[in-house]
Amino acid sequence: MSKHRSAALVGNPNAGKSALFNALTGARQKIANYPGVTVERKAGRLILPSGAPIELTDLPGSYSLATTSPDEEVTRKVILGEFPGESAPEVLVVVLDASNLEQHLVFAQEVIALGRPTVIALNMVDLAERDGLVIDPAALESALGVPVVPTVAVRRRGLVELAEAIGAAEERQAEHPRPHVGMTERRLSAHAIADGAIISETARHRLHSKLDRLFLHPWLGPLILFGMLFVVFQAVFAGATPFADALQSGVDLLSSGVRSALPPSLIRDLLTEGILSGVGSVVVFLPQIVILFFFILAMEASGYMARAAFLMDRMMASVGLSGRSFIPLLSSFACAIPGIMATRSISDPKDRLTTILIAPLMTCSARLPVYTVIIAAFIPSRSVGFGIGMQGLVLLGLYVIGIIGAMVVALVLRRSVTKGAASGFIMELPKYQLPTIKDLAIGLWQRAWIFLRRAGTIIFMVTIVLWLLLNFPRAGEGENQVDASIAGKLANGLAVVVEPIGFNRDIALSLIPAMAAREVAVASLATTYAVAAEDDDQTARKLGDELKARWSLPTALAFLAWFVFAPQCMSTIAVTRRETNGWKWPVFMLLYLFALAYIFAGITYWTAVALGL
Amino acid sequence: MTLDLLPIGQPARITAVDWSQLVDEEGQRLRSLGIDIGTQVAVSHRGVFAGRDPIAVSVGRMTVALRRVHARAMEVEPA
Repeated sequence: MSKHRSAALVGNPNAGKSALFNALTGARQKIANYPGVTVERKAGRLILPSGAPIELTDLPGSYSLATTSPDEEVTRKVILGEFPGESAPEVLVVVLDASNLEQHLVFAQEVIALGRPTVIALNMVDLAERDGLVIDPAALESALGVPVVPTVAVRRRGLVELAEAIGAAEERQAEHPRPHVGMTERRLSAHAIADGAIISETARHRLHSKLDRLFLHPWLGPLILFGMLFVVFQAVFAGATPFADALQSGVDLLSSGVRSALPPSLIRDLLTEGILSGVGSVVVFLPQIVILFFFILAMEASGYMARAAFLMDRMMASVGLSGRSFIPLLSSFACAIPGIMATRSISDPKDRLTTILIAPLMTCSARLPVYTVIIAAFIPSRSVGFGIGMQGLVLLGLYVIGIIGAMVVALVLRRSVTKGAASGFIMELPKYQLPTIKDLAIGLWQRAWIFLRRAGTIIFMVTIVLWLLLNFPRAGEGENQVDASIAGKLANGLAVVVEPIGFNRDIALSLIPAMAAREVAVASLATTYAVAAEDDDQTARKLGDELKARWSLPTALAFLAWFVFAPQCMSTIAVTRRETNGWKWPVFMLLYLFALAYIFAGITYWTAVALGL
Repeated sequence: MTLDLLPIGQPARITAVDWSQLVDEEGQRLRSLGIDIGTQVAVSHRGVFAGRDPIAVSVGRMTVALRRVHARAMEVEPA
């Protein structure tokens, strides 16, 4: 029987490690963080041909054991068994991109030199062949002294052979560590080994350079990028509607089912008005998040994301950031949490901190429930010409204000709290690849699960707490339930603070639970007005009517301005704390964003009042 | 001539690198991507906006994006 119980995939970024990992372990993966750091630990179960299972981990891509980023640091420590609480993987599987041997062999030699049981996965041999490269695995094997298995992860080629080799790698444990050699020697021998293993070489990555000529074209490139972003956002907003409607009617159906099954009681109200309407109004945003992440993952897997970073680098540099920040910030349009987590790929710490701090200014999908309800209620649905609707224009304006705000904040931060040397931008532009459905599906599932868990736990709990706050103590005869409740009393205090920016007490009340997540503001307003109106058939449209009757236009506009800036998302704060290893930066983030929100809501309110709106 | 001035498509060899112009980590990253003295390079693309920054450099079968500030630290000899 195999003695091995663990193996790890190591290799350069863009070697196709994740695709190989997905192909070897399937969809059942455990994703967590390495303790104490903010690097993702991906582990799964690989069944060897002998039937024995081993734990396979996918280590972060690395160019060398001499580290330049937190990700590479984790890889080095795990490989060397220096990571606290993490035993060194027994077998190291070095993943090589077959069409970039002379580069990838540098790190491979470094790993092989450790003298540990090692197997080489010569990955993406099909792409190499497409590029006119024919490689002799046997020559590579004899030059490196460890087994070499050609694989095509996306076509499941060579997977059984690779698993076999991993199981058999135990025989090589006695291998002696090789003498230490430097980077230059390793690069020279990498060239020599690659030359020796390449049987024939004809055309040189013609397809990639053709695509690059198009996507990096001085004026076609940006045009294509913005066209693509337009399609993405169009798909997010138009494509999500039928799914969101279906989810909404599902929740409504459930709600009316509960109502007819149970006699009128507090418990029934908790179920329908509290839990179902609260969680329901959040879960309907799942389609948008899934569609947005579909595009982000596809851009990432195809290699286009790096081109977007290249195109956007100059623009980001003008506010003191680099093109690398473009990816996390773009992700933040779906949700700041994955966006902030994606900043791990930014090697410059000051750059990374700045990106984290401005990520909440990107209009995330959690703001959309707030925006759409308010816009639908207060902005007339008429055209301003050229088929452009007034409502859409206001929504676009809110996005633009967020982006401009982020740019100004980044500039200010780079000259004050995150001052430092101009950040660099050094990045490999990976080869273009057609993303596989399976890899996309696994990535999408993981993202959707994160969102649902958040909706299902935090928001669920907040909705119940809010319902309790709103319904206890019970109002006496002739007394309004909201005024009598604990939340009502809390809101009285907050109302004094927000009154100068045009907010009424109902808004103050909705801001309390919205600290958990912005979208809860909508659920909260719905609950508040449902309670106040004692109306059982509360719907989003009805909420709009309620708001129109109770709020002035300046108040509604100030409310929108508030949500452009307000850091009302506990999860973002929690992630920031984890990513910055302390409370200093999340507290800073809270304070500066609340200050901006207050100032901008105030300016909006008083400008609107002065204009007589 | 420094790398930032190399015309697009012109193959060249890096003859000297002024590492002092680069932050330590940047130098290390460039070296780990195979960009060092003796490396054969060619500029394949330039950025879009002001200053046509950054540039894309092909190194072997790889394309690496870097800024002109980095390229300015590298002396090249057209090959």
